[in-house]
Amino acid sequence: MELIRNFPCLSILLSMFSAILSSALKGRGARRLNTFVVTAVGALSACTLYFTHVTGQSYVYVMGHFPAPFGNEIRFGSLEAGMALFFCVIMLLSLNGGRKKLAMDIDPSKENLYYIMVDLLLSSLLALVYTNDLFTAYVFVEINTIAACGLIMIMESGRAIEAAMRYMIMSLLGSGLFLIGLCMLYDMTGHLLMSNIGSSVRMIAENGTYVIPLLVTIALMVVGLAIKSALFPFHAWLPDAYGYSTVSSAAMLSSLVSKGYIFLLIKIIYRVIGFDIFVNSRIINVLFVFGLAGMIMGSTSAIRENDIRRMISYSSVAQIGYIYMGFGLGTSAGMVASVFHILAHAATKSLLFISGVGLTDVSGDHKEFIELTGSAYRNVCAGLAFTVGSLSMVGIPLFSGFISKLLFSQAAVQSQLKMLPALIVLAVSTVLNAIYFMKTVIRIYTPVTSKYESTSMKKNVLYAATLFCFVALNVGLGMCSQPITDWITQGLSVFA
Amino acid sequence: MSRIRKQSEYEKTFAYHFFRWLGGEKDAFVGNMEMRPQKEYREEDATIEERMKDRQQAIAEVYDSSHNRELKFFGALYKCFSIVFCIAIVTLLVITVSYLPSVGGVQKPTNNEVSEKYITDGLEDTGAVNIVTGMILSYRAFDTFGETNVLFIATCCVMIMLMVDEEKIRDNRESNDRNFEPKNDVILQVIASLLAPIVFLFGIYIILNGHLSPGGGFSGGAMIGAGMILYVAAFGFEKTGRFFNENVYKCVKVTALLCYGCIVTYYFLTGANGLPCLIPTGEAGKILSGGITLPINIFVGSEVACTMYAFYALFRRGGL
Repeated sequence: MELIRNFPCLSILLSMFSAILSSALKGRGARRLNTFVVTAVGALSACTLYFTHVTGQSYVYVMGHFPAPFGNEIRFGSLEAGMALFFCVIMLLSLNGGRKKLAMDIDPSKENLYYIMVDLLLSSLLALVYTNDLFTAYVFVEINTIAACGLIMIMESGRAIEAAMRYMIMSLLGSGLFLIGLCMLYDMTGHLLMSNIGSSVRMIAENGTYVIPLLVTIALMVVGLAIKSALFPFHAWLPDAYGYSTVSSAAMLSSLVSKGYIFLLIKIIYRVIGFDIFVNSRIINVLFVFGLAGMIMGSTSAIRENDIRRMISYSSVAQIGYIYMGFGLGTSAGMVASVFHILAHAATKSLLFISGVGLTDVSGDHKEFIELTGSAYRNVCAGLAFTVGSLSMVGIPLFSGFISKLLFSQAAVQSQLKMLPALIVLAVSTVLNAIYFMKTVIRIYTPVTSKYESTSMKKNVLYAATLFCFVALNVGLGMCSQPITDWITQGLSVFA
Repeated sequence: MSRIRKQSEYEKTFAYHFFRWLGGEKDAFVGNMEMRPQKEYREEDATIEERMKDRQQAIAEVYDSSHNRELKFFGALYKCFSIVFCIAIVTLLVITVSYLPSVGGVQKPTNNEVSEKYITDGLEDTGAVNIVTGMILSYRAFDTFGETNVLFIATCCVMIMLMVDEEKIRDNRESNDRNFEPKNDVILQVIASLLAPIVFLFGIYIILNGHLSPGGGFSGGAMIGAGMILYVAAFGFEKTGRFFNENVYKCVKVTALLCYGCIVTYYFLTGANGLPCLIPTGEAGKILSGGITLPINIFVGSEVACTMYAFYALFRRGGL
């Protein structure tokens, strides 16, 4: 067996080891270890991506001495490896961009605890991406939830703790529903391994024995993961959690945590339930409607918001709506569009959060729009980056958001019944996006004599470099969309 | 025939103390135990007023209840919907369960080759007489390692929430709730000093015999943790700190988790690459058997014991 096939397992274990070691280290040591591990895991994932892309296959890796269904196993193809690499890149950039703010926001004696949370968040994301066992997925969903709560409440301000409580309650409700669904699936199929459940579910669906439990199970799992990834009616926890946590946490929560759950859902759709059975169940229509509602409602709430961080957070609700709308189309083109939008949104939303904090920093830490007037002149680099992020979210060509909107509309055209609502809502949502993002961009570029000091790029080179990387990532996703969609299509074809 | 002892000699005997105590002449607790009655908690009128004012202010300013008709409407709607929703979910789940295969039926899908393999080959594969331990620590080692990390991250989260600096604990000694409790409770101390060793021994027994009899690292560790909580409740943090303080806690926790991690890494890498695992499974039924299950049980046990104690200590005084 090739050495590279050990890499996914090693990257999960490496991030867990780093978390354990961090608990014995002081803040600075934990920070260095974390940077090293995220980079190393990224490198390992890049090797895996190269290997799987060249061979074009997906591989099963037995965790232990007993092959599945008796033991645990992980499975990786090019899509999983690419996702892992992408998550590492976003995590590294988000942490670097918010590093200075983090030092101000948290108690120095608790810095190592923050990095424990980040390390374990990485390990759980990797495990969610790679695992081929539904129960392992549940265990790492737990770790992911607790880590996310820790990332929110590290601020130790009243609002942050309240937000963490709210997040915890909603997220645990989601985990509970997922667990009930998992138990029912186990009862019907007698397996925990995704591939085995998949074949059993196919048999059940053919025989027509457990029609109602199967439908309820699909519903429970989908709703559970939808709550955790903030689909529209379950998004109440989101603005507080993203708005009042420290900026690195907000960027990671919006672009990694919710995306990890969505990736797990894709995995369940393809491997556990089976794409055809999922499409034939009426649940995708519910997802479609909720996705559309989220696209409108998230943007409307964002327009009404007077706080830049909360506005960006509400925009996440709309973007998650796009992803679920893609699922709801029920075609493989819709799936590809959704997966692309996961990447596009993750790259853009973390850019917006990180550049947003640069703007608020030069406005006396105020997040209200009136104080932000002209802030792009005071911090040129953050202003430019914020503009790029806004343009990408609105869907201007050259940036990643445009490609995902294009892919969504292409996918919508293929579906007869859902074409009209999908296209209309896409158009409306784009206009709404433009309203609140362009409003902000105009606001920050309105010249005004201000009482706040301006800052230059030289003062914080790391921050500027991070923003540059984010912008490059965004433009890269927008310019090289064809190879990326090819990669996603190929990855999804070996996914099931 | 008995001899009458001298009074001075008699006063040293147990019977003398016992009969004095029986006769009510001397209370054994007087002088030995701090007999300060607990102060009745009484709030002053000013603080009550302030609290009420704060509350009113919070309601008026945060929720703006007099103007916010939306919120009022939402409150009423919320109550109705939550009741209807709960009833609907319960009904749905009950109906669904009635369609699932009946519990204990022969035809139940869960009675498949997986559980059969665990039962028939479990002993041979893992060397553990206790199939459950063998299953969770060998067959599904990855899940269990994840589960141990859940405990680890849970303590870290509680630390973020409740950990206070040592100096702050010292400064806030006045407001410490420990002051409201009787100190040096003789009954508790005597019982604890009798029970704690037994609890510790039993916990260790359960951990070490995890692969032979019911039990294992999680249950044995919980027991040791409970023993430590009993000890600290009886003797206080100062005495417990002599053998279990923050440094010891860190050492034990990190060592246990690292060793556990090393074992599973070795196990995964050898297993996936088709190499033999060099940890011998030993003779079934012996204490030194069970391959990786025995060391893993020990490490899981120490981690769980630390976690239990850390939860108690963090909630009690905000430090270890």
